Amino acid sequence: MTVQPLNSFRIGPDEYGHFGIYGGRFVAETLMPLILELEQAYAKAKADPEFKKEMDGYLTHYVGRPSPLYFAERLTEHCGGAKIYLKREELNHTGAHKVNNVLGQILLARRMGKQRIIAETGAGMHGVATATLCARFGLECIVYMGAVDVERQKANVFRMHMLGAKVVPVESGAKTLKDAMNEALRDWVTNVGSTFYCIGTVAGPHPYPMMVRDFQSIIGRETREQMMEAEGRLPDSLIACIGGGSNAMGLFHPFLDDKDIEIYGVEAAGHGLDSGMHAASIEGGRPGVLHGNRTYLLMDDDGQITEAHSISAGLDYPGVGPEHAWLHDVGRVAFLSATDDEALRAFQLLSKLEGIIPALEPAHAIAKVLDLAPQKPKDHLMVVNLSGRGDKDLDTVARHLGSGAR
Amino acid sequence: MTGRIERRFAALEKENRAALVTFTMAGDPDYATAVAILKALPKAGADIIELGMPFTDPMADGPAIQAAGLRALKAGQNMKKTLAAVREFRAGDEATPLVLMGYYNPIYVYGVDTFLADAKAAGVDGLIVVDLPPEEDAELCLPALATGVNFIRLATPTTDDKRLPTVLTNTSGFVYYVSITGITGAAAPNPDNVKSAVERIKRHTKLPVCVGFGVRTAEQARAIAQGADGVVVGSALVEAVRQSLSPDAKSTAATVPGVTELVHALAQGVRSARASCR
Ligand SMILES: Cc1ncc(COP(=O)(O)O)c(C=O)c1O
Repeated sequence: MTVQPLNSFRIGPDEYGHFGIYGGRFVAETLMPLILELEQAYAKAKADPEFKKEMDGYLTHYVGRPSPLYFAERLTEHCGGAKIYLKREELNHTGAHKVNNVLGQILLARRMGKQRIIAETGAGMHGVATATLCARFGLECIVYMGAVDVERQKANVFRMHMLGAKVVPVESGAKTLKDAMNEALRDWVTNVGSTFYCIGTVAGPHPYPMMVRDFQSIIGRETREQMMEAEGRLPDSLIACIGGGSNAMGLFHPFLDDKDIEIYGVEAAGHGLDSGMHAASIEGGRPGVLHGNRTYLLMDDDGQITEAHSISAGLDYPGVGPEHAWLHDVGRVAFLSATDDEALRAFQLLSKLEGIIPALEPAHAIAKVLDLAPQKPKDHLMVVNLSGRGDKDLDTVARHLGSGAR
Repeated sequence: MTGRIERRFAALEKENRAALVTFTMAGDPDYATAVAILKALPKAGADIIELGMPFTDPMADGPAIQAAGLRALKAGQNMKKTLAAVREFRAGDEATPLVLMGYYNPIYVYGVDTFLADAKAAGVDGLIVVDLPPEEDAELCLPALATGVNFIRLATPTTDDKRLPTVLTNTSGFVYYVSITGITGAAAPNPDNVKSAVERIKRHTKLPVCVGFGVRTAEQARAIAQGADGVVVGSALVEAVRQSLSPDAKSTAATVPGVTELVHALAQGVRSARASCR
């Protein structure tokens, strides 16, 4: 067998849902027929101009797209290197990138005739986005959320309640995102006939990683156009935080074949990679199988999944989307990590310099911008995905800094 | 290949009765007690043994089996010890088929080829791996069959006639019919639905069909055994383990008998099923 050089990084997955060795469909038989049906329904919708028209309409008038690509002048001055642009996903309706994906999946669920929607959520942003669109279309909505996350993201729990969703606190395991996903899968196995599982990131069994990526890719497509308009050329580097990896994949995917563009994903290093208390599955994990796909996972020598740790509920997951695992192995995306403390400093800095309070998740990406941007020349164009706003994190940040923090 | 599973079903057919298939968790509540349970099962009436390989994230299991797996892991269980338990069992019982059941990641991390060699050498007759549907046969199913280890697949109420052939290809030993759409230990199955589902599956295969998920009592076992080749009981047995434990979750003198008494009652149910309907 001769090894073919890759001439595109954008062709995956194959028909079995594989990105290299990653991805796949590792689910119980009960779910398989539905997953195959979903794959077909999505393929049909994707080819249907009416579906695109419907999506575009809601993206413009309900979500508020396009989101601005904003030149962060004072952050740029502060770093003294690269010219930094923020992709303002936090200005979307519901305050994060999550809604781009949820809109697509809910419109698809409607086409499939599903009336009952379930979702898992960590930070609560995906849960809020799902509850929002379920309210908009009159669908039943059940959100599984780890009991620890219910506690640390109270504001979002309240928002979901206001929107008419049922929030189920999950008491198993570490009571965070992984456990919420287990419980959502158990619900799905039980109610497979009536239920659509709206997964919040580029993970899970095929076709989810591909489908969520497609819905989120609007971030990168807009960025291309907006950067051409602003600077007359494409950016030199992209950077985004990685929980499961959906905001990052959305930004990266349209640029993967522009080989001169540097691409950085930032995982959560929690208390530090050496502490064992982190959520950096690529830097600190190895390949395994969980939640329907093969990918990098945090686990012990026996293949038992270990708990992730991050100040950010949205990054507190021991896995990562399979396409990221593959992009790591083939060397197209560089993976870095930021600690809780670095993220907290970046959170404060962006608030003070730009008047934008970021969510703790993208604060991890900002933290690495603070490292990378000063090393770049002044004509280097750097785009960071500001995936969500920080309102939901004010309690957490206040607790860490003491509420009189300045 | 004729293995223990095939021989056991052939013998049961002569007796005109269904098999009682028991599920317990390796290492629950601790290694030694779980081995003692394992060794006591055949005498109590188990015809085929399923031994759970504990996993942190059992996405198709209900609270009872989730908790059993976590108890085992907490007590230090791992794949090596699970295979050691099978060896201990096999040293004293050459006839009773033993099937390992669980999730793929611990096997994948152990290494598929090493795992199959070690499992075969330990006396494992088959594997049930919940998160490996036919679409992923290349991972473990095909290597297992090549090694001479049965790969037992789950068929479910959502497996329609169109999909059944896909599920049955490369299935060996027996077919495990999951009687409900749901997780282990949930709702009880309706015996009438189960009977027609088993008949439907049997139109597609000569393999024995065992039915599980939701069976707890001798009564239910008896009803299901009228229309199936085997009845699987799991959550009720791991619940019996849990109920026998001391407040600090240690085994007590009641742990092994708690399980064997229930198995005995279930076996009575299974054994009386066909006598009563003829
Ligand atoms: C604002 C925000 N950014 C990022 C993430 C992480 O998810 P992903 O990596 O899929 O973008 C979350 C998840 O909750 C989030 O709320």
